[in-house]
Amino acid sequence: MHNPAVLLTLILMVSLTFYALFGGADYGGGVWDLLARGPRQQQQRELIANAIAPVWEANHVWLILVIVLLFAGFPPAFAAVSTALHIPLTAIIIGIVMRGSSFVFRAYHTADYRTQKRWGMIFAVASTITPICLGVIVGAISSGNIVVKQGISENGFLTPWLGLFPLMVGVFSLSLFVFLAAVYLTVESTDVQLQEDFRRRALVSGLLVALMALATFVSARTGAPDIYSGLLKPSIVWIVQGATAVFACTAFLCLLARKYKIARVAAMLQITFILWGWGMSQAPYLLQGDMTVNDAAASPAVLWTLIAAVGSGLVLLVPSLLYLLRLFKMGNEHLPLH
Amino acid sequence: MIPMSDIFAARTQMAISLAFHIIFAVIGVALPPMMVLAEAMWLRTKDPVYLCLAKRWAKGTAILFAIGAVSGTVLSFEMGLLWPRFMGLAGAAIGMPFSLEGFAFFTEAIFLGIYLYGWRRASPAAHLFSGIVVAVSGLASAFFVCLVNGWMNTPTGFRLLNGQFVDINVWKALRNPAGTPEAIHMILASYCAAGFATAGIHALLALRSKPNQFHRRAIAIALALGGSAAVFQAVSGDALARVTAVNQPTKLAAMEGDFETRGGAPLRIGGIPDVQTRQTKGAIEIPYGLSILAFHSPKAVVAGLDQTPRSDWPNVLVVHVAFQIMVAIGSLLALIGLVSGWLVWKRRTAFTQSRVFLKVLVLCSPLGFIALEAGWVVTEAGRQPWIIYHIMKTSDAVTTMPGLPVTLILFTCLYLILSAVVIWLMSRHVIATPKDEEIQALAVGKGIVHA
Repeated sequence: MHNPAVLLTLILMVSLTFYALFGGADYGGGVWDLLARGPRQQQQRELIANAIAPVWEANHVWLILVIVLLFAGFPPAFAAVSTALHIPLTAIIIGIVMRGSSFVFRAYHTADYRTQKRWGMIFAVASTITPICLGVIVGAISSGNIVVKQGISENGFLTPWLGLFPLMVGVFSLSLFVFLAAVYLTVESTDVQLQEDFRRRALVSGLLVALMALATFVSARTGAPDIYSGLLKPSIVWIVQGATAVFACTAFLCLLARKYKIARVAAMLQITFILWGWGMSQAPYLLQGDMTVNDAAASPAVLWTLIAAVGSGLVLLVPSLLYLLRLFKMGNEHLPLH
Repeated sequence: MIPMSDIFAARTQMAISLAFHIIFAVIGVALPPMMVLAEAMWLRTKDPVYLCLAKRWAKGTAILFAIGAVSGTVLSFEMGLLWPRFMGLAGAAIGMPFSLEGFAFFTEAIFLGIYLYGWRRASPAAHLFSGIVVAVSGLASAFFVCLVNGWMNTPTGFRLLNGQFVDINVWKALRNPAGTPEAIHMILASYCAAGFATAGIHALLALRSKPNQFHRRAIAIALALGGSAAVFQAVSGDALARVTAVNQPTKLAAMEGDFETRGGAPLRIGGIPDVQTRQTKGAIEIPYGLSILAFHSPKAVVAGLDQTPRSDWPNVLVVHVAFQIMVAIGSLLALIGLVSGWLVWKRRTAFTQSRVFLKVLVLCSPLGFIALEAGWVVTEAGRQPWIIYHIMKTSDAVTTMPGLPVTLILFTCLYLILSAVVIWLMSRHVIATPKDEEIQALAVGKGIVHA
């Protein structure tokens, strides 16, 4: 690891992975809130809210870390992305504001059921739209249409992101988060009927993930040809694809066999490998076709100090995060929160 | 509709986003120490009123932290969305304080989760400790963010070569001259504004209800924090003014409405600067005041606006008036802090019961926030036309994206709605007079059971 730009890119990918695994599942929870059906819909919503409440803000910080490390370590890439993708990025921040604030507002509107329901609606809709926009950003970065010279976007403000492929990546991301949330919720619930509700939902959304993965791959052929050929390269990428498939099947079979805790681990690994498969086919480009990791990187001195700061930050962060997860996600989910 | 230029729209959107975020963030920074104080008092005295206060302020922190977190996320995106060329140029130099802020924010989010939902899971000591971590990391976040603003005012830690930053030293950038004094000034301002606002709101409720311990104790804790911060603020403001005098003479000249360079410059109180006639009329002038304050010497030469080309002046009227408002309010709150502190020290605490004192507190409740916003107007408007002082103009940093007035309107509406809901929720859950049954329930331990 003599190249700090590569090392920082790996750190960025790790943060993005954590954001997908934890923050992503919080979005997925919001979608299941929107789709709550049947005789136990009230209990489903409560389960989702209680699962998200203690951790969502910590989970959200992974995104902030990604943004901050991106502009600190790769300023020209950040400037280019924020210029060409102004519109979907604006949609994301509005989504983030609506999702976060309506979740808190709902939590404190305990007296009045109707108002609470209205906030819940905003929360659920924002939880659905935001991850689609996040996926659109990823798709746009991969499609090679972001070309910004002297602060001017050569492809305008729509072409870089408005297309079939970015949209497919958006829906694919949503399906991943929805699947992840359903799998987590099977572990979170102590009630067998609720567990069955989310087991069914996890199985259905697992199939949806497989379908969307295939569709996204096909649309990459014209939408992001570099990524398409990258994914077909008979190299380490194939190992990553293979691992994704193995973990996807494991998660599915474990759900069928009601081995929820193993399913949770397998699903997390599945998502991780999908992300890293994308990362590897994107390498060495930060913005596909236009700007490599090394093109965009700040000077090595800046990068090394950033890496050192992240390292010392982790010393503080890891024990704190483990303590949080130990209190709320390791076998004592049944304790009341208030 | 009058056509609005994109640069004006971008500046207005940034100003509105910052103005709202500052209010949310300040309450999120200043409520945790009050909540921790209340919990510590409860653990010591076992008086359920303190527990009730701690839980109320914890709810307030929860609401404000969440809104502060999302509005802060908006800002981190907006820096790129509105000022991509600034971020492309300076991202590497200001990335370090933002990264450190990220970790402080992480810590705050984690321990706030534990504090809010861990009453039954963590031991009393671990719970109180979590609250302390929330308070300290909130303070650290504010500190790091202000270092960035300090850097924009007094940029250090790089060389400029062909319009690009080279030899960036992030530690030197972090230790820019304005950063630390500005950060201390802002943290004290947070405690001062939120402390007086809380005291004032509880004073209003105390005036309306029968005498009760809940409001008395809330006022005591809030005023202890706000009043002492107001007193220290005088010292911190003086330090910051001297840094400005050395590093940004144009800004200081605009703050004072000083058009002429001279030795033995007077300190102006009030007055309206007129850039056409280059005079500030109607001010009370204290001879040698500014020279003494800025350079600690009555004969010192203080640069006026005549040292700067007219095109590089900030809006003198706005900066001067905002500065006068900030100083006037700061002095008043410091005086109230000093007098209250002196009375408490003399053990003449009866004043806290008097209706006159409560009414004074009610009148003071918005003042801290007005001063805080005025202070940000001074530092932001006073830096113009520069986004990075003497390095990059704001007009060169703005995005090429057209139609910015649309997003301006969108975000303004969003923030107005958010604020309305936050105020409504706070009045319901955080500051309303608790019913006797609520405190009774806490007294017999129904409210919480520690692990």
